[in-house]
Amino acid sequence: MLDRVSVSHDDKVAATDQPLLIADGLSKRYGRIDACRGVSFELYPGEVLAIVGESGSGKSTLLQMLSAQLAPSAGRVSYRMRDGVLRDLAALGEAERRLLLRTDWGFVHQDPAQGLRMAVSAGANVGERLMAIGWNHYGRIRDTASDWLQRVEIDTSRIDDAPRTYSGGMRQRLQIARNLVTGPRLVFMDEPTGGLDVSVQARLLDLVRSLVTELGLAAIVVTHDLAVARLLSHRILVMKSGRVIETGLTDQVLDDPREPYTQLLVSSILPA
Amino acid sequence: MYVAVKGGERAIDNAHRLLADTRRGDRAVPELTLDQISEQLALGVDRVMSEGSLYDRELAALAIKQARGDLIEAIFLVRAFRATLPRFGASEPVDTGAMAIQRRISSTFKDIPGGQILGPTFDYTHRLLDPQLAGSCDPAEPASAEASDAPTPRVTDILRQDGLIEDSPVAADDAPVGDLTREPLNFPADRDLRLQNLARADEGFLLALGYSTQRGYGRNHPFAGEIRFGEVDVYFEAEDAGFAVPLGSIALTECQMVNQFKGSATEAPRFTRGYGLAFGQSERKAMSMALVDRALRASELGEDVKAPAQDEEFVMSHSDNVQATGFVEHLKLPHYVDFQSELGLLRKLRADFEQAAPQMQEAAE
Amino acid sequence: MIEASYNFAYLDEQTKRMIRRAILKAIAIPGYQVPFASREMPMPYGWGTGGVQVTASILGPDDTLKVIDQGSDDTTNAISIRKFFAKTAGVATTTSTPAASVIQTRHRIPETTLHEGQVLVYQVPIPEPLRFLEPRETETRRMHALAEYGLMHVKLYEDIAKFGHIATSYAYPVKVAGRYVMDPSPTPKFDNPKMNDCAALQLFGAGREKRIYAIPPYTQVVSLDFEDHPFTRYRQNAPCALCGAEDSYLDEIVTDDRGGRMFVCSDTDYCEGRRAQGHTGTESAPMEAADA
Repeated sequence: MLDRVSVSHDDKVAATDQPLLIADGLSKRYGRIDACRGVSFELYPGEVLAIVGESGSGKSTLLQMLSAQLAPSAGRVSYRMRDGVLRDLAALGEAERRLLLRTDWGFVHQDPAQGLRMAVSAGANVGERLMAIGWNHYGRIRDTASDWLQRVEIDTSRIDDAPRTYSGGMRQRLQIARNLVTGPRLVFMDEPTGGLDVSVQARLLDLVRSLVTELGLAAIVVTHDLAVARLLSHRILVMKSGRVIETGLTDQVLDDPREPYTQLLVSSILPA
Repeated sequence: MYVAVKGGERAIDNAHRLLADTRRGDRAVPELTLDQISEQLALGVDRVMSEGSLYDRELAALAIKQARGDLIEAIFLVRAFRATLPRFGASEPVDTGAMAIQRRISSTFKDIPGGQILGPTFDYTHRLLDPQLAGSCDPAEPASAEASDAPTPRVTDILRQDGLIEDSPVAADDAPVGDLTREPLNFPADRDLRLQNLARADEGFLLALGYSTQRGYGRNHPFAGEIRFGEVDVYFEAEDAGFAVPLGSIALTECQMVNQFKGSATEAPRFTRGYGLAFGQSERKAMSMALVDRALRASELGEDVKAPAQDEEFVMSHSDNVQATGFVEHLKLPHYVDFQSELGLLRKLRADFEQAAPQMQEAAE
Repeated sequence: MIEASYNFAYLDEQTKRMIRRAILKAIAIPGYQVPFASREMPMPYGWGTGGVQVTASILGPDDTLKVIDQGSDDTTNAISIRKFFAKTAGVATTTSTPAASVIQTRHRIPETTLHEGQVLVYQVPIPEPLRFLEPRETETRRMHALAEYGLMHVKLYEDIAKFGHIATSYAYPVKVAGRYVMDPSPTPKFDNPKMNDCAALQLFGAGREKRIYAIPPYTQVVSLDFEDHPFTRYRQNAPCALCGAEDSYLDEIVTDDRGGRMFVCSDTDYCEGRRAQGHTGTESAPMEAADA
């Protein structure tokens, strides 16, 4: 099964008229609280979707359900596997789910310490996914890791240093490289610029935008920062109290918000 | 010329002879009898029975004598003997509510039905060395009174009547009795196995963990609802007889902690429980056990699992002093072969380093 | 008081049956760690209680037992275990590798090639090869179940990045029958190739950790490595000073306090056998022919 996982990007030219991921009526209850209510949407290959809202709006819960880390109370998530077959994530076995998570998907955490092994070298951090799918040639693993460090603008002389010696921005870029090395088709990002200061944020966003375009990645980005959504996403989903209250093309929604809540968000966060 | 080291066998034999002689000590001093140990070092015997998980005062006293007073070694001796005993079955649950009480205290209520009974305790003694005990002494007869036949319900049962404390879980009659000495332990473990593990656990380890919960590492706001010590009858349901046969009585210490309450939208708030039970008079052990038992219920009760005492795998994997002492002390065994491998590797790494050093020098220049 | 009496080979028959079931399961799933209800033994945890329980469960009255520690029959722990079984089972004991039907070992595999019908019982301190990479049992069992061994390769990668080669000299992890990654117990990696395609049955017992695992006869056992950094054996580059052997694992002997060193076979039976055949080394005394 491992052999079938290709690390090239050539096979992604496949038709984009079929959705890659379908969320259908996703809900999550915690006791009496509805963290997420009836969320449905379709994501197409190469499309970047931003999920925005205040903290507590349910966007992180939604992201966890979409990335198969949290079982929904109702509804389901379907994903089109590399063989073109649409599968219900809840029906995947754990082995299949884990394989998906480390090959065809990426997950960029807000805190890089959650997504990296802080005590092992950058090279091993990037190489781990390759070794997990059976790569067994040290030289090739290292060359690939080195190549990816360059792509995320990390000096390759730092390849043997552990990320705990890296700055915040470098850690985040390393986390991105670690995720992209197996050529995923879909990347989840949870507040990817969250802990970074403004100048570092701008550089990271630039990098993410060019990588996403270059690799034709689909991405789901959770953020409370509308500037991030504006810069990265094609489409936007505005959440409030667990519900999607407005959705549409990013520029349209941000320039001409329909809902009063969205208007409030836009005016308070994008004054400049 | 070199002759390989030999003679291990004679060395062992001689070491054992010397140990026997050292154990006996000065022949001018009378030899300890098992009765003396059992009577006068009774709390040590209780601990060896509890952690050895075998209720036999005489064997425990023998183990203490053989171990030269090293209680963990004595526990080890008892455990090794116990492991070879065939099993006939499990007794009926003992009824501690019907205990013939020698000591009973509650820190939650000033007065309780049946009364508080201090019994034999260090609690309120002044810790002054008593020179009188250096010689032989003949203490006064203890005060006595007619035994009361007033019932002595458990404090937690009183609280339960008012719904103020969660129910004790009741196992189905036909539910198998877990036994980690017979079945391999898997995580997560059910509470019966956790309690068994804690009952056999090292007193000092549980004491430290219980203490840590009090100091904020997994606080659970405990009250000593009740601590009681006395004799209970043990019954065994013999398959042939068709009814429970009394086997005799054993001394037990029971501690029922009353802990912070919990409630939710669907459930009214009530106190929660921590439970400790030990052979003989082993109060420190029973109390520590109750604290740790409650701490280990964190995830069941929807609390964050952050502190060591709440970490089931950590606690259960390191609580057994026979396991712990064996592995710590095994460092005394030879590791020549492994060390040789490390030595070889280290030399090679050092040689590589020496070789690389001049080049690095050049690179720097 | 009742004199305590013990069953053949110490353990009661109920316990032996339980251990035998675990052994059979272990043989059926090569390299998989089978949990078993390890008993308290009269020797401490860490001193071979797992190996002793396995040996006690497979020993029959006709067996001939050999016990080695660090390759030697004469180390204190080996003597103590040998005497334990001589006393509790009354079986014949030997120091000869070919003559033994059951060999219990700590930290070595004999130099003499094992033959069919023999059983090699290893004493194991930490059975989990992933333990020091991932401390949680629940997590390591999941990793084994899903054959997720990327983390193990991360460790080997780090070794090479740091030291230029894989810096594990003993307890070197292996993959058994193409499936389970297994800890061979703290044997030097010199011994790893002997586990592969071995004619004897290999059983591993970890008492404190309550695990038994096995390598059935003629099973493929591969030491983990990278294609471009293959597994290599390590041996001191010297002949044995007593028997001149160039193919055996060597102990280093400190001969004085001025840096004097010599190397001799760690496997004492192998060394004595060679000397009896007339092989000599630089420090060998003439064999005492009269010594029977």
